[in-house]
Amino acid sequence: MATKVTMEALSPTMEEGRLVKWLKAEGDAIAKGDVLAEVETDKAVMELVARGAGVLRARLAAEGDTRPVGELLAVIAEKDENIDAILKKAPAPAVPASSAPSAPSAPSASSASSASSTVVPQPTASTPPSHPNGGGRARSSPLARRLASSRGLDLGTLQGTGPGGRIIRLDIDAAASTELSGAPTAAAARTAAPVMRAAGDSEDIPLTQIRKTIARRLAESNGPIPTFFLTADFDLTSVRELRAQMIAMGDEFKVSYNDILIKAIATALSQHPEVNAHWLGDSIRRHHRVHLGMAVAVDDGLITPIIADADTKRISEIARESRELAKRARERKLAPEEYTGATCTVSNLGMFGIDEFTAIINPPEVAIFAGGAGGDVPVVLDGTLAVRTRVRITMSCDHRAVDGAMGARFMQTLRRLIENPLMLVF
Amino acid sequence: MAIVTYRDALNQALREEMQRDDRVFLMGEEVGIYQGAYKVSKGLLQEFGEMRVVDTPITELGFAGVGVGAAMVGLRPVIEFMTWNFALLALDQVVNSAAKMLSMSGGQFNIPIVFRGPNGAALQLSAQHSQAWESWLAHIPGLKVVAPGTPYDAKGLLKSAIRDDNPVMFLEGEMLYNVKGEVPESEYTIPLGKAQVKREGDHVTIVSYGKMINVAQQAADLLAKDGIRAEVIDLLTLRPLDSETVAESVRKTNRAVVVEEGWEVCGIGAQVVDYVQRDCFDDLDAPVLRVHQVDVPMPYAKNLERAAKPDAQKTVAAVRQVLYLE
Repeated sequence: MATKVTMEALSPTMEEGRLVKWLKAEGDAIAKGDVLAEVETDKAVMELVARGAGVLRARLAAEGDTRPVGELLAVIAEKDENIDAILKKAPAPAVPASSAPSAPSAPSASSASSASSTVVPQPTASTPPSHPNGGGRARSSPLARRLASSRGLDLGTLQGTGPGGRIIRLDIDAAASTELSGAPTAAAARTAAPVMRAAGDSEDIPLTQIRKTIARRLAESNGPIPTFFLTADFDLTSVRELRAQMIAMGDEFKVSYNDILIKAIATALSQHPEVNAHWLGDSIRRHHRVHLGMAVAVDDGLITPIIADADTKRISEIARESRELAKRARERKLAPEEYTGATCTVSNLGMFGIDEFTAIINPPEVAIFAGGAGGDVPVVLDGTLAVRTRVRITMSCDHRAVDGAMGARFMQTLRRLIENPLMLVF
Repeated sequence: MAIVTYRDALNQALREEMQRDDRVFLMGEEVGIYQGAYKVSKGLLQEFGEMRVVDTPITELGFAGVGVGAAMVGLRPVIEFMTWNFALLALDQVVNSAAKMLSMSGGQFNIPIVFRGPNGAALQLSAQHSQAWESWLAHIPGLKVVAPGTPYDAKGLLKSAIRDDNPVMFLEGEMLYNVKGEVPESEYTIPLGKAQVKREGDHVTIVSYGKMINVAQQAADLLAKDGIRAEVIDLLTLRPLDSETVAESVRKTNRAVVVEEGWEVCGIGAQVVDYVQRDCFDDLDAPVLRVHQVDVPMPYAKNLERAAKPDAQKTVAAVRQVLYLE
């Protein structure tokens, strides 16, 4: 039986992929699991694996072509099997990807059903997950059906948050507000793709009415994520001394200021689950583990590899891991699980001489930290002028989940840790 | 307004109706010399004499039948059952005589009678004396069933029940007799067959009646602390049931919880849910949930009894579920 090779969703947010290189030629014998090609996703270069065995009968994309998820790339079949019917349905290779019909759900579903095991298709913005009750009918409350029809929404495009995936009024309201604000649905889809989660790692806090009202009102004014910023100067004198002592102990203890700040922020997050949280639209997910994303600049953008359980790691471990992750990020060799599932994120432009800046929250996270350049500055201490090493950190907060005082209390904890860095090593 | 107990509100209603219409008389176990097992008939024997306040032997079927006969010949009896648990023995007269006489006599005999007494559980009276009978009674065409939960409603509804030309089952509560509330000094009645919005809200509708209306109100207080605005509807009359007031509320809130004292199967709540699914199908955002007694004979042990009874916590949990907060 013929196996269709399609552009697979190889990252949670992937909508299209570029075929970098074919590793098999037409006529090659293929075993299930063979690597057919390299595909560049929005984040990394990934391997496209054969889902069936036979002969690679046709390659339908050229190296360098970009194709939407779900589109046919090749056909694997028996040597003499008639594959005309499959080829007839394939889009002409000359059609540019941007105008190619993007009807991904059906083909990707069929490739998934013929798939043996390896890659679980991840929901993406353009491929809403199939409904759990099967049969293609979206479960929905009667009210949701009535509201959807009066607002012209297609229930099949929505994902329900009620029991068993039931579409309820909240989902209709969320979809309607997304349409109104013109915001991409990608963020909403991402929130539905939990990664690196295990039972007990987090708890969902239902929204109280006041929280709902805050969320709605502030997003109207400054949306879709109503962000505010808290900036504070932190004294790095003790950190500098600690770092000098560590470096004196040998190369394996060589850590950067940023590594220490990551440890401090992760430790503070473990004490403030209200900040170590995800905004899910109808609830707030507080994470009990701290997976800190670390923004890394790459040639054509940025990516945020994750230091998992950063609060429990030693600073030297964080240093080693962050160096390794940054290196592989620049080589575009990160696996999806290495850059998805962050509970909060840190960004640092200090090395570029930026004094301070505001970072943009990566939804569904509810905060991000922006570190500036540390340096010696004159400060007044106990009425006398002194020279101290200081760094300025700005916390961006999603006001739907984090209030001003809540964020400020976090910054107090952070100050205590940064200015008494022995607390980070005990 | 005066603050009056539920017990005294009933006493006032009986006295006023007996003063107003000399066809009204009270009959039952211990209603006269003993002044009523729960003192609802206090002072009535002294005021109206033993022709109108009649002590009976312990023969529920017998005096219920005497009552139906008296109603057939033009009197307006109020029959007190010491509790509705004992009325089980009298149900043949209630169901086969009182409820059916108007129909079977081709309209010749209407039965203007009130059967009243405490219904449902008190505290540690065990399986045989803790039963809520309203769904049995409301099942029967020809009967009206009323279940007030406050002194104000008890007085206004008992006066209407006595003036009604049909048999009215009036369900009180042992645990309600000492409940205090405002009762106007001036004359008033509350119409049968009309529910009342006891508290306004727009997030969820809690439908209840009788003793449980107080549980519903407690639950609404707890929910308010979380910012959840519950609308509380007191059915007051269970037959005929005012489904329109319920529907009006559910159309606004899109979700409902029914709280009742009796068991789940074929309970009043099941009937309310039926009306809601028919009248509000396109307005529902969640299945309607019910809070009721656990499906067992009432245990005697205090902890088990507490676990078996519906309460505010169970109601709050059901509300959170229909709000998709659980």
